[in-house]
Amino acid sequence: MFATALIVFRESLEAALFVGIVAAAARDLPGRFRWLVGGVGAGVLGAALLALLAQHLSGWLDGFGQDAVNIGVLSLALALLLWHCIWVSAHAREMAVDARRLGHSVQQGEHPPRALLVVVALAVLREGAETVLFVSGSLGGSGAHPAAVLLSGALGLGAGALVGLGIYLGLSRIPARHVFSATNALMALLAASLASQLARAMTQAGLVDSGIGPLWDSSRWLSPDSALGTLLHALVGYDARPSAVQLASYLAVLALITVGTRLLRPAARTAAAA
Amino acid sequence: MLERSSRAAFAAALALLAALAGGAALAADPEVLLVIRNHRFEPAELKVPAGQRIKLVVHNQDATPEEFESHSLNREKIIPGGARATLYIGPLKPGRYAFVGEYNEATAKGAVVAE
Repeated sequence: MFATALIVFRESLEAALFVGIVAAAARDLPGRFRWLVGGVGAGVLGAALLALLAQHLSGWLDGFGQDAVNIGVLSLALALLLWHCIWVSAHAREMAVDARRLGHSVQQGEHPPRALLVVVALAVLREGAETVLFVSGSLGGSGAHPAAVLLSGALGLGAGALVGLGIYLGLSRIPARHVFSATNALMALLAASLASQLARAMTQAGLVDSGIGPLWDSSRWLSPDSALGTLLHALVGYDARPSAVQLASYLAVLALITVGTRLLRPAARTAAAA
Repeated sequence: MLERSSRAAFAAALALLAALAGGAALAADPEVLLVIRNHRFEPAELKVPAGQRIKLVVHNQDATPEEFESHSLNREKIIPGGARATLYIGPLKPGRYAFVGEYNEATAKGAVVAE
C-alpha cells in the first residue's frame, strides 16, 4: 500500500507547493483563507468531474482528448500566472510606493488577486483529476482492501499538504519587505515550469516536433524518482531529460517575466511620483 | 537605452513563444499498438524505427486505469479502464527505452527498442 501513498503524494505535491506559495504571497490580504479554500474547493470539484469524464475524454480527438484538456488547462494557468508576475507585481510596487508616501498600509482595501485564485484552482484540478482516477481505480481493482486504499491515499495527500504548509511557514519567516521578492521569484519559476510542461504536452500530442533525443540526461545524478528530484520537479520544473523545446519555453518565460517587469517598472515609478 | 534593448528582448521572447506554438509537420508517422491486459503490456517489447516520430496507441483492456510512464521517453499519460489513448514518442536514437504502468509497477513493465 506504500505505492498508493507515494503516488498520491507525488500528485498532490505540486498543487500543495502552489497553494503554499500563493498563500505566502497573499499574506496580509483580508479574507485570503476564504478565497484560497474556495480556489482549492473549485479545483477539487473540477478534478472529480474531469475524472468522471475521463473515459469519454480519452477517446476524443483520435485519442488525444486528455492532452487537449491538459494543454488548455496549462495554457490558461500559464497565461494567468504570466499576467500576475508581470503586470500585477509592477502594479503592486506602484501601490506600495503610493501607500508609503501616504503613510497607509500597503494592503489596505486591496482585493485578493483573482488571477491567482484561478491558478490555484487549475493546479488542484490538474493534479487532482489524476489522483481521483488512480484512487478510484485502486478501489475498484482486485485485491486491495478499500479502507487500506483510502488510508494510504489520505496519508499521501497529508504528506503533500505538509510540504505545502512547510513552504508557506518557511516563506512566512521572511521579513515583510523581502517576502514579495521571494514569492515573485518562486512564481516566475512555477510559470517557467508550466511552460516546460506545456511544451512537453504539445510534443506528446504531436503538435510540436522535438528534436532527436533529449538535450541532456541527468537522471543518473538526480533521478526524477528520488525525493529531491520529485521536489525540484514540482518547485522549479526539474526534468532529467528535457527536449530543446522544453528548455526554450522555460527560458523564454523567465526572460518574458524579467524583461516585462523591468519594462513596466519605470512607468509605475513615474506614475507614483506624478 | 536600456529600455530599447529590453523591448527588443521582450519581442524576441514573444516571437519564440509564438514559434513554439506553431504547428509541426503533419507527415504520416508509423503507428504502433500496445495493449494492457491483466496489468501487463502486450507486447512487452516494442520494436520501432529509430530517427522517426512514432504514434503509439495504448489500449487498456483492464477495467482499472493505468498510467503509461517512461522517464527515458519523457512521457506520461493516463489511460482509463477500457479506453484507448494516443501519444507521440521520439524521434529516438537507437537504444532501449523502458516504460512502466505506474499504477501497477510490479507487473506492468515494457520497453521500446529503437533500431
